[in-house]
Amino acid sequence: MSGFSLQEFMRRDQVFDIVNAAQSERLNVDKQILLYLEGLSVSFDGFKAINDLNLYIRDGELRCIIGPNGAGKTTMMDIITGKTKPDTGTAYFGQTIDLLNMDEPAIAEAGIGRKFQKPTVFENLSVFANLELAMAQNRDFISLYTAKLSSEQSDRIADVQQLIGLAEHSFKLAGALSHGQKQWLEIGMLLMQRPRLLLVDEPVAGMTHQEMDKTAELLISLAGKHSVVVVEHDMEFVRNLAEGGRTVSVLHQGSVLAEGTMDQVQNDDRVKQVYLGE
Amino acid sequence: MFLLQILKNDKGGRWLIGLLIALIVAVPVLNSLPADSALHVPTYTISLLGKYLTLALLAVAVDLVWGYLGILTLGHAAFFALGGYAMGMYLMRQIGDRGVYGNPDLPDFMVFLNWQELPWFWSGFDQFWFAALMVLLVPGLLAYVFGALAFRSRVSGVYLSIITQALTYALMLAFYRNEMGFGGNNGLTDFKDIIGFSLSDDATKIGLFIASAVALMVGYLISRALTESRAGRACVAVRDSESRARFMGYRVENIKLWVFTISAMIAGVAGALYVPQVGIINPNEFSPLNSIEVVVWVAVGGRASLYGAVIGALLINYAKSYFTVELPDVWLFALGGLFVLVTLFLPKGVVGLIRKKESV
Repeated sequence: MSGFSLQEFMRRDQVFDIVNAAQSERLNVDKQILLYLEGLSVSFDGFKAINDLNLYIRDGELRCIIGPNGAGKTTMMDIITGKTKPDTGTAYFGQTIDLLNMDEPAIAEAGIGRKFQKPTVFENLSVFANLELAMAQNRDFISLYTAKLSSEQSDRIADVQQLIGLAEHSFKLAGALSHGQKQWLEIGMLLMQRPRLLLVDEPVAGMTHQEMDKTAELLISLAGKHSVVVVEHDMEFVRNLAEGGRTVSVLHQGSVLAEGTMDQVQNDDRVKQVYLGE
Repeated sequence: MFLLQILKNDKGGRWLIGLLIALIVAVPVLNSLPADSALHVPTYTISLLGKYLTLALLAVAVDLVWGYLGILTLGHAAFFALGGYAMGMYLMRQIGDRGVYGNPDLPDFMVFLNWQELPWFWSGFDQFWFAALMVLLVPGLLAYVFGALAFRSRVSGVYLSIITQALTYALMLAFYRNEMGFGGNNGLTDFKDIIGFSLSDDATKIGLFIASAVALMVGYLISRALTESRAGRACVAVRDSESRARFMGYRVENIKLWVFTISAMIAGVAGALYVPQVGIINPNEFSPLNSIEVVVWVAVGGRASLYGAVIGALLINYAKSYFTVELPDVWLFALGGLFVLVTLFLPKGVVGLIRKKESV
């Protein structure tokens, strides 16, 4: 019984460790940097999908990431959101939150939202229900079971519906929406999560030109309040987004090849070589 | 009012609850009519109907996890049988010294095996409240442990189905063994009383029928309240895109674990009401075939509607009773053929047919 005394155990002024929920670290962005990726490498069956990747995202910034197929864009997103664990390197959210020690739900709770390449909305639920589920809230089973929609919550859902232009389609099943509407709904779902960082994977794939313009407008309006990272193939769209000297990063073979404004990047010789095919 | 709130968007459910209440009132009245009256319902029919209702409750439990959570369980009969065994053990203890061997302390099969004393896990089953508690706890605990292991390691799809099948198969083999202390392949039978009422009395049979109808109502309402809540919508989200739900911050394994455990407990109650009405529980109830049959009921009735599961269970079990009497050789072919036809032409089951008719 060494080291254990009943008296100590029975003390009534203490709280056992197991009762205290693990406190997540508070987000710290004192250095104005929201996301630190340093020295990341990951390989699948010998293929280096990510190779010594270093990337920093400033707080409130809108960053475009371009790169040819297989450059590691999606793998990078997988690492940030906890789906893939890297072989080496570190990933920090703010200065204190170590993303590599967390699983997907914990990372989502910490404030990183992700929009997938293929729009994945819940097709058998209404637009409203999709947004309701995405809303930042207590997500344990009992709270979900007893949850009632407060007026504040329904106001927020209405606001977001307005913002993504789906106000009239509130009770439509998400599966019945057009492709572009699904993309917006997904962005809306991201907003409901109130994330600090939005990861947006190819938001305009399969969109018409008008829809593209609207999407660009929407993403630009989000920057500032949130940091937004957009991965995109469509150069026209990226040029549109990066207007006004926003930073563009070029990924190639799993690491950052060049970084700068759109003009700088486009005039970079290495970029021309590997990406623009000149 | 509370009921209406739960069934607000559930027309089929309102019909079902209404019908069950009507049955509870009408069946005892019709049974009390003279035997030569055209409207007389014989007690035999009542017990049969009561049995169908417990199977319908099992189907609701399966629909909850398959229809709303996307887990194709091929082992739910295991929870049903465990609930049945818990009730069977209580009924065995009620026999007392009226068994063939007249031993007041031990059930017949233990006397036959030359056992000297009651195994520890039989203690407590003299009490109805204890048995009733076990009816919920044993299936619930098994589902919890099984689910915690399977869902946490992210086993899903076909692999999960196979494991559930293995679970019920393993339990069947275990219960076949005499050493287990549950009566081996003969199971538990020769029941006499339940909470002081003789099981051969008509009134007891009617009582069990009413209890089954009430259990189906309560089980249905619990399940419906779940699917209508935000948790229910989260289930659908998990079913349709598990990884998306995870990236949104949902602990998918916890949601699955809760619903799976609740469903197993409902199945346990169904089994506990089934056993006194059929008068026997043996390891055959764990047979993988039984679990698969339940899935067929739900598919035929219509997945993810709950009342469809009830329709499917009643329809097929009535057909089964009919065919196995009239054309016993044809039954299994009919069941297999029915499943193929439903999959091909009625992917949403009978319920899908009704909904289509309504929308036209």
